[in-house]
Amino acid sequence: MWFVIGIEMLTFGLLFIVFAVARGREPELFRAGQAGLNLHAGALNTALLLTGSWCVARGVHALRLGRALASARWTFGGAACGAGFLASKLVEYHFKLAEGKDLSSDTFHMFYWLLTGFHFLHVAAAVLALTVVVWLTRRRLWGAGHTHAPETVAAFWHMVDLLWIVLFPLVYVLR
Amino acid sequence: MTTSSRRLDGLWLALIGATALTWALGESGLASRHLAWPAAVVFALSLAKGAMIALDFMELREAPPLWRRFVIGWLLAVVVVILGLRWTIG
Repeated sequence: MWFVIGIEMLTFGLLFIVFAVARGREPELFRAGQAGLNLHAGALNTALLLTGSWCVARGVHALRLGRALASARWTFGGAACGAGFLASKLVEYHFKLAEGKDLSSDTFHMFYWLLTGFHFLHVAAAVLALTVVVWLTRRRLWGAGHTHAPETVAAFWHMVDLLWIVLFPLVYVLR
Repeated sequence: MTTSSRRLDGLWLALIGATALTWALGESGLASRHLAWPAAVVFALSLAKGAMIALDFMELREAPPLWRRFVIGWLLAVVVVILGLRWTIG
């Protein structure tokens, strides 16, 4: 899993840098595109991912102490935060499409859809994996001393959060 | 195993606080002017948040040094290159 995480981080890192280069080439276009993004929704999404990370970390902590049900509840909280993020993003995408801003509109929107869309898919995969962890933890498949699989899913979730920590200021905040 | 639940709660509060600061800077309009410091502050907050996530939530503090160096190095490299590009080509 750490190998996958490493590859994902390198891929996203490269995309972030290409975004910054493209922004330097067409500053007015990027400024106008960024002005059309909702900063409040972006900040709310950041808070959701960070709260999800906290829940997932507490879930792993509880499992190590042998508190399986508490662990399942915390992990469910993490999955719920992820689901909230996905719902909020779907609303954002709906409005973007209603404005006629799709992948082929201009360079800014191509990057917007590529970066946030790729990230969205990673959050969706992480939510799915967390849901499986909740289900199997409730069935006592894991417990104190058997935490490797939930820890691996947690690491993937935290990576998705880490990527957003760079994506949010780059795309939404610094205009 | 070394991170206590109280520490995790404190980290969550710090992360939310840092996000509120980032949001306030964006909302103030400072982050959209041709100034160097708002971008530096926003990405310094990102570095701090990223380090907390990597070292404590991902537990890289206790992980093999190679992984810790990779993730922290990635974070530093991406932020330095983005800021460098912003301050040179715009």
